[in-house]
Amino acid sequence: MSGRDTGVEFSVNRVAAMVRRYWYLLRSSWPRILDLIYWPAVQMLMWGFLQLYVSQNAGFFARAGGAFIGSVLLWDILFRGQLGFSISFLEEMYARNLGNIMMSPLRPVEFIAALMIMSIVRLSIGMIPVTFLAIAFFGFNLWALGFALAAFFLNLILTSWSIGIFVAGVLLRNGLGAESLAWTIMFLFLPLTCVYYPVAVLPDFLQYVAWALPPTYVFEGMRALLIDHVFRADLMLEALAFNVVLFAVASLAFLKLLQSARVQGSLLQTGE
Amino acid sequence: MDAQNGSAIAVDALVKRYKGATAVDGISFCLEPGSITGLLGGNGAGKTTTIAMIMGLVTPTSGTVTVLGAQMPKDRYRVLHRMNFESPYVDMPMRLTVRQNLSVFAQLYAVPAIDERIASLAAELELAEFLDRPTGKLSSGQKTRVSLAKALLNRPEILLLDEPTASLDPDTADWVRGRLDRYRIEHGATVLLASHNMTEVERLCERVIIMKKGRIEDDDAPERLLARYGRQTLEDVFLDVARGRGQHREAAQ
Repeated sequence: MSGRDTGVEFSVNRVAAMVRRYWYLLRSSWPRILDLIYWPAVQMLMWGFLQLYVSQNAGFFARAGGAFIGSVLLWDILFRGQLGFSISFLEEMYARNLGNIMMSPLRPVEFIAALMIMSIVRLSIGMIPVTFLAIAFFGFNLWALGFALAAFFLNLILTSWSIGIFVAGVLLRNGLGAESLAWTIMFLFLPLTCVYYPVAVLPDFLQYVAWALPPTYVFEGMRALLIDHVFRADLMLEALAFNVVLFAVASLAFLKLLQSARVQGSLLQTGE
Repeated sequence: MDAQNGSAIAVDALVKRYKGATAVDGISFCLEPGSITGLLGGNGAGKTTTIAMIMGLVTPTSGTVTVLGAQMPKDRYRVLHRMNFESPYVDMPMRLTVRQNLSVFAQLYAVPAIDERIASLAAELELAEFLDRPTGKLSSGQKTRVSLAKALLNRPEILLLDEPTASLDPDTADWVRGRLDRYRIEHGATVLLASHNMTEVERLCERVIIMKKGRIEDDDAPERLLARYGRQTLEDVFLDVARGRGQHREAAQ
């Protein structure tokens, strides 16, 4: 037991305890593991075959080799990253374990750190096999993007964590009645961040909205790389700047919602 | 006696209101270190909300809660590692084995020599035979013992128990009470026990706080309560208080 406790100290041990808790859960249930791979694989195959068909019949798409599959895989990093974070959090509510967690010395920042780690663990289990499937079926090698992939991944995972943190706050404050938000909120980003088409397609006023969202820069950057063969470092830096702001806003919102949950007494009853 | 004068828990003019409904209405009490106190009251009396405020899970509308010198919930991280609790409102993750659950919580509470601590609790609480079984596969009595093990993992100085023997058969409930009492005596822990079970409170507690509609209706040692109300059992005292007969009886005497 630690003697003095200032309330702000960060304990890697407590984060490790929470990661262990989620890992035990994950490995105890094969349907949970299968579910991590199933949808990304189905999505990638469906879009991959569609791209194959279109590219055989249209010159532009023939030149834009891999752009669709690349979009699908990067979208899944964004979507599954947030889902991995939110589902681990929801597991505590389903298990009625949140009271135990909140009453333990675990700090909110440590809880969030554990959820971030689990989002990467879940993402890796789901996405790594799918990237190899993309090579096997369509000859599209995401790993060949090298440094660009690292920049894309960093920006997408930061956005997914920010959204996950915000959703966790809403769940703490409103209970499982807000559960559907965890599953659907990221779909708002699907049209606005221009996953499958350039920003120029949007009406002017929506383009301002799109450029305020960090993933837009990543998807534009990916198209620049795959179609024009140019790595746009400027886009990645802009995305990073927006991500820092988004992460800070989401963290503040989480703390405010947690504070409100303590006032409303919703940490005691986290049901519907 | 206040927190500065050595109380383990000091509650002062504590109020909790939820959107117009008052759950706790200006209660005050202090608990001495090493004491065991029963918090009695019917459904909606404010027991669980009071315990939740002591744990720092709920922020009071007004008033203060001080635990081991730390104001709750503001300074909760100074003392949470010295407290623990058991409540029917929370469960342990069902798919994890008992050992996995205890080991995760032991790490959260920075318990030294985790394996030895789990082995010692398993022996003491007769958990050894199902340590490697998923928690969800246990009977409710076994689950209660696991929750109790979790509550004792960090050898807490403050132990908050919300109906610790609810839904247990009399034999298991009696066994749990015996273990709780032994822990308190051996470790000098301060125990606050919310319960509907008068026999339990009578057997374990040296002091009883009776709540009704968010207020403290009475607060005394069990034997003095029995004498003042002229009753044989705490259950009769509780019924007098619940039905508003206490004041009349005392006035008549």
